[in-house]
This record gives sequence, structure tokens and C-alpha cells, in this order.
Amino acid sequence: MRLFTQLYTELDETNRTGEKVAALVRYFAAAPAADAAWALYFLTGQRFKRVMSATLLRTWVAEEAGLPRWLVEESYDAVGDVAETLALLLPEQGDGSDLPLHRIVEERIAPLRTLDEAGQRALVTRTWAEMTTPQRFVWHKLITGSFRVGVGRTLVVRALAQVAGIDPAVMAHRIMGAWEPTAADFRALLDPDTQQADHSQPYPFYLAYPLEGAVESLGPRDAWQIEWKWDGIRAQVIKRQGDVLVWTRGEDLVTDSYPEMQALGAVLPDGVVLDGELLVWQEGAPLPFNVLQQRLGRKQISARLLKEAPVILMTYDLLEVAGADLRALPLAARRARLEQLAATLPADAAFALSPIVAAPAWEAVAALREASRERGAEGFMLKRLASSYGVGRVKGDWWKWKIDPFTVDAVMIYAQRGHGRRASLYTDYTFGVWEGDELTPIAKAYSGLTDEEIRQVDAFVRGHTTERFGPVRAVKPELVFELAFEGIQASSRHKSGIALRFPRMARWRRDKQPADADTLATLQSLLESVSR
Amino acid sequence: MLAQCRRAKTWRPTEAPRTFHQLQATNLTKPPACGSIQHMTDDLLRLTPSGLYCAAGDFYIDPWQPVERAVITHAHADHARPGSQRYLTTPTGAPVLAPRLDPGASIRTLAYGERLTLHDVTLSLHPAGHLLGSAQVRVEHKGEVWVVSGDYKLEPDQTCEPFEPVRCHTFITESTFGLPIYRWQPQAEVFAEINEWWRANQAAGRTSVLYAYALGKAQRLLAGIDPAIGPILVHGAVLPFVQRYRDAGIDQPDVLYANGENARAHRGRALVVAPPSAGGMAGWLRKFGPASQAFASGWMTIRGARRRRAIDRGFVLSDHADWPGLLAAIRATGAARIGVTHGYTGQMVRYLREQGWQAEVIPTRFEGEPDAEIGDAGPADAEERASGEVD
Ligand SMILES: [Zn+2]
Ligand SMILES: [Zn+2]
Repeated sequence: MRLFTQLYTELDETNRTGEKVAALVRYFAAAPAADAAWALYFLTGQRFKRVMSATLLRTWVAEEAGLPRWLVEESYDAVGDVAETLALLLPEQGDGSDLPLHRIVEERIAPLRTLDEAGQRALVTRTWAEMTTPQRFVWHKLITGSFRVGVGRTLVVRALAQVAGIDPAVMAHRIMGAWEPTAADFRALLDPDTQQADHSQPYPFYLAYPLEGAVESLGPRDAWQIEWKWDGIRAQVIKRQGDVLVWTRGEDLVTDSYPEMQALGAVLPDGVVLDGELLVWQEGAPLPFNVLQQRLGRKQISARLLKEAPVILMTYDLLEVAGADLRALPLAARRARLEQLAATLPADAAFALSPIVAAPAWEAVAALREASRERGAEGFMLKRLASSYGVGRVKGDWWKWKIDPFTVDAVMIYAQRGHGRRASLYTDYTFGVWEGDELTPIAKAYSGLTDEEIRQVDAFVRGHTTERFGPVRAVKPELVFELAFEGIQASSRHKSGIALRFPRMARWRRDKQPADADTLATLQSLLESVSR
Repeated sequence: MLAQCRRAKTWRPTEAPRTFHQLQATNLTKPPACGSIQHMTDDLLRLTPSGLYCAAGDFYIDPWQPVERAVITHAHADHARPGSQRYLTTPTGAPVLAPRLDPGASIRTLAYGERLTLHDVTLSLHPAGHLLGSAQVRVEHKGEVWVVSGDYKLEPDQTCEPFEPVRCHTFITESTFGLPIYRWQPQAEVFAEINEWWRANQAAGRTSVLYAYALGKAQRLLAGIDPAIGPILVHGAVLPFVQRYRDAGIDQPDVLYANGENARAHRGRALVVAPPSAGGMAGWLRKFGPASQAFASGWMTIRGARRRRAIDRGFVLSDHADWPGLLAAIRATGAARIGVTHGYTGQMVRYLREQGWQAEVIPTRFEGEPDAEIGDAGPADAEERASGEVD
């Protein structure tokens, strides 16, 4: 636990990429494989579902520290992080736990799942007595399922590649695959022999940047392949050695959730990797994202859901054929191979070839883009015909050119604390629009403001709280914000009857009074016009 | 030496204790309407539009507007405001107070423990341990004793006189860090961490920039770190106070003014002590080359407070009392009635009431607007002010 806590502290204390990588390298070089495997597990964002209830921990900490329960809550209000608050409140720290990380997992985390409350308390109290304050903090994060660290996967990959002495791209590929937090799997990840790649692994996804300037700045139109940008789930469908695997961009293996993709895999030749978008598709058009949402995270898909929300792969690219990696080929060549492959598939396969936009000049392309919403698309993808399939997000060859968002002026009515470095600030807000003399909540948003604006809004929230509901504060309806959003749908789950897609704060409208905000009727008519 | 304590004969019961929710509601409507503390009107000290006032002795303590007679607990900007006719402070406090006031301001001094009679009030000053010359103010009138703590800490500090508990009937305490999450480590450990950070930065060729309040904290840091590690540079806001501390016989290491020339000459090796606001000035930091930035403050207890500032290190070192310190100080006064001001007042009052004290919030005008550069009360920017605010 000492090494891992030190790693956490070092990562937490620096904003410099180089230092973060150096800290990771030091850790992975020093830690035994059994511990390093768990560290990698946690650092790549995997975590246990909450093993301990934070409420119980708060009660026990209050008792251990001899504090009234309300004072624990007040302390939490100042700190903004449960794991940290509890670590700070606990009395006298111990000398520090020498248990290695894998034993912490086996002996101080896993048993909590099955123990009764008295048993849990005994184990928790014993562990507290051993640990220093920083160790307690990290351990609290692990057992409450809230472990996060400000280090991206790319940095972890870079560090591990350095420790193993192999190419970061190979390491990225390995980490993406299926491995368990065991010493054996960790050693395999570090294996300097890069020949045999695990056949289950997807390729790192190539991502596009938002187009910044005018589209004409991209040069001649005929150097570009233009496709619609679809609002689904980016995925790779893999058929290798007879197995079918579906990986999403979040690097989750989701094969079981999509029987349609298993069926598609059955008709694909072996040694093929497709890159595309999972979409619910009916009668030649996509259904809104919230329909697809019903399919997420399910292991069991009912026959009814399969019928109501059938999924296809809107296929963009072909990354592997007959086991050969095609990523270095130019897009034009990959597309030709993809079209050949498509021609061999049966008509009822859950497969569509991403249509290429033919509009001959940038001007015509721009005009066509205005009609994106009617097609259920959110703009265009612009891909250089000569481009290879890169790794991650690289500027220059792939751009997304999205349609302008919808906007609405709404009034802030509730505020909640943020997470991570904003945990002690009120950064998550709920907005309302007018329905008669009342403000009906229509959206939550938490991004889009500058740090300075966040500070000002935070001070406003603290000074204008009218009511508290647990962590949520009702505030005086005074601040008006322009919210941008990508889509609008009818929703029976929301009081307003409306759900906005990707709402965020576009601007703080200091020039507007609450009375100037939009009405629910405006949004309702927008909903009608969008649903035609 | 403990001051005399006599049980108050004329104890005036205050109004029925308000519930915590009422308290919160009061604290949310700010700034406090002056005179809103009705129940204190007949008290020895009461809140007026200009601050805490003693009618029987006709003087103010740390007034926030110009008045005729001002007793100053210490020279921090949220306690010492310019413009009053006459000031009273300690002999060691006067030299650091003077630069904060208008030139030629009248400052009288009163040695710790010495008694001054004003009308039929006896006034004396007692060490608060906050910074050089900082004082608690003891006020006695017809056998009733009140003590106003100003800012204080209990931990020993080689740059100022140690805190002295004073027995009283009513104690008005600060509560800047009045939550149990605030518990200071021994300062020797903190200084060791700072030294280690400085050495590690040198090894990496980086200048060590340490932010701290210009008066008090900066001098305490200078006296506590190991000057053998390397050259020490100080910001222009810190430098004059270093000299005044030296004049008072306080040990300070040799320091250089952190101008461009010295910065260039000692890049990668020096420790630079500067007020927090210096880091925000365009170009100031650049002259030191690659640098690691740290902030020494009690606020650094909370990770979020450090991370929001985007600095590399936070050292938890405060000139205010931590939670156990506040409670120890309150207990040591023997007071039955406690007024709580600055910081987490609502929480502290509720806690004290549950523990059997008679306690109430004394609002301060400077809650939420301390001087970013030299204010000691901690919060050096808006967001931290907000987190130090009572709500
Ligand atoms: Zn002070
Ligand atoms: Zn103060």
C-alpha cells in the first residue's frame, strides 16, 4: 500500500505530463507484478462496484472521532470528497500499512463484500488503525468505488511501454484487450516479444477533431471522403479464429449485448475487423439515441427489445482482412476493399455501408449539411482520402464537422458540487424554463464555463441558497445561461416531458433577466418541428 | 501568567438559543445588518457599524471603519484598517502595523500584561501567538471580563510571542479553521517536507517558489527552513517585514530581493518566498526559469484547494489554531459564554452549544473579502473565500 499510495500522491501533485509518466515508470519498475497488475487495473479506470456504503463509513468515522454526525456532514460540505473527508476526520493515524496492494485487495477489500455489518466494521476499524491518513484516503476511494486519478490511459500506456521496452502502440493494443489483474497477465502485458498479439484485441480507435476554420481551408474537395456523422456508439466488430467480438470506443467488450453483431460475425470471413457505429436502424433511418440507450449494458436482450430496437453496424472502415492489418493503407484503398467485402454479405445482415456524400463542391457540401438533422445525422465526417488509420486523436486528416447546436436561455435553479478538482465548488447546475410563473427543470449541465465564471457562480450559489436537499441547493432564480444542446426528445421520465441531448452552458447571459428566459412552450414547438 | 478570574455577578441571560437552521439563515443574508445582534446591546462589547465597540471604555477593537480609538490585535489587513485617530497595539506589533496605516498615524503601545484604565474599564493585551506582536484584548469592567482573541495559534512559533490563555467570562474567538478536518501536523515535519521539496527541485534544476502571506507566515517560514540548502529570494512585499522582524531581534536568514538580476543569478537553486498574488502576475514567475510552485497555508489541508490553484505542492502550515487548538483555547479561558467570529462560525457555535457552552456568532464585515495579497485569514482567492465562508 505504501508504493501505491505514494504513486497516487505523486500523480495527484503534479500537472506535468513528464513527471506523471516518470512516477508511473518508477512505480511499475519497482512494484511486484501482483501489485502492479492491480494498480494498472485501477489506473485504467476499472473499479470495484461500491464495496462499502459511504453512509456506514460516515457513521463509524463520527463514532471513532467522537464527533456529532452533522459535523461530519459539514466537514464533507467543506471538502467535497467523502473519502478525503473521512481520512481527515479519523483520529491518530497509524504507522502505515505494509500490506502490498494485491493483499489489500484480497484481505481488506474483497472480504467486505461478504461480511455482515459487524464483521465489516471490525475489518474497517482494524485497517484504519494501521494506515496513515493518505493510505486511508486511497483505500476509502477503492472501497467506495470512487477511485479516479488524473492520468489518461495514454500516459499509463507510455509508462508501461517504457518499462517493457516495447512500442507504445503495441502496448495500447495489449491494454485494450482482455486481461485480468493477475501477476501472470501483467507479465504477459510487459512481454518484450511483440509477435503474438492476442486475437481478441481491437485496434486503438482513430478519432477526429472538430473542424475549426472554414471548410474551404481543407483544400481541394476531391482530396476528401465525406460521410454523415451518426449519433450512435462507435465500435469495432472483430472476427478472428472463428470468434466474434464487439468492442466499443470506451474499450468495453460488449459482444453479449448485441446478438445482431454475432449474427453479422457469422457471415463475415475470418480475420476481419470492421470499424463503424452501432445504430438502431429502422426503415432506412436511425432512431434517436435514447432508443439505442435501452440496449446499453444489457446482458439479456428480450425478443421484444430486439424487434423494437434492432442494431446495425454503420460501417466506416475496414482495418483487417484475412488477418492482415490494413491501417497503413490510404483510406481510398481501404474503402475499396470494404465495398468488395460488403458486396459478399447477405442483404439482411445487420450491416450498412456508410454512404459517401457526393456533393461536388464545398459550397454544395455546406448546403447539404444543413439537412443533417432530417437524416438523423449530426453533420459530416471529413476524411482525407490519402490518410492511413491512425492512433487516437491526431489533427489534420480526420475532422468532424457538426451542425450548430440548438440553444435555449434558461435560469439556474439548483446547484450541486462537482467532482475531482472541482469537488469543493458548485459546478453542476440544473436549469429551468418558464411554464406559467414557474420554472420547470429542463436540463442539467456542468461544463462550458471558465474557471473564473465557475468561481463567481459558486459564490453566488453559496450566497443565494434558498433550500438544501442533501448535496443539492436550491438557489434564487437569478442567473440566466444560454444552453446549447444537440437534440431534443419527448420523455416521460422528465417532469417537463422533454429530454435534451448533450446540454451544456454555451454562455452566461449576464445581460438577461430571469424573465427573459425561454418558455417550455418554445421547447415544445421545437420538439414538434424536429419530430416532424 | 493567567489573568484573574472572578465569576460574573451580573450575568445577563441572552435570548433563547437559536436553532442551527436559523443561524444558517442569518449567515446567508450577508453582510450582517449592523446592530442585528440585539441581545448584545447591553454587553460590555457590542457590534456596531464600525465593528466591535466597548461603550464603557469608549474604544473599538479591530474596527473596520475609521474611529476615534482603535485597539488593534495585529497588523493583518482584515484587522488593521487605516484612518482612525488613535491606535493602540503592542510594542512589537507597532513597527509592522505602521506601514499598514497612513503616514504619521498615532500609534500608542501597551506592553503585554500591562494594564490601562479607560474610564472605568481596565484594558490589557496578551500574546496571541499569531505573528510578531499579535495580541488578545482583555477588557474588564465592574468585575466582568471579556477577551477578544484576534487571530491566534497555540503551536510554538520562534518568530513571535507564545499564546497565553487568559481567564474570562466571555471569550470572543476566531474560528477560521473551525472544522475537525483541520488538524495540524507538528511544524518540524512540515519544515522537513519543505526542505526536501527544495532539495528535490534543485536536483531537477528547478527554482522553488513558495507562496505565503507576506507578513507573519513568510517570516515564520524563513526562520524554519534550512538556509544551508541554497540562496533565498524574497518578493518585494515580504522584504520590509523581514527587516522589521530582524529589528525586533527575531532570527531571519540572509535573503536577497527577488529582482530580475537575482532571479537569473540563482535560477534552479533558489527558494523564492512570495505572496500568493505574485504567481498571478504575468511574467513574474517566468524570470525564475523552470519552477515548482508551492503554497504554505492551512487551506492546503484540502486537496481540492491545492489542485484548483494548479500549484505543485501544498504545505499545511497555519498561523491560526486548528480544531483541537480552538477547543483547547476556549476551554482554557474558563468562559461560559463564547462569541465566534471568522470562518466556520455557525458550525463552531452549534458544536459549542451541544457541549454546553453559551455560544453565538459574531459576524465580521471582512468575511469573504480579505485582502488577497496580505490578508492572513487564509482565503486568498474567491473560491477559497467561499469555502471559508459560513453557510
Ligand atoms: Zn491575522
Ligand atoms: Zn484575521
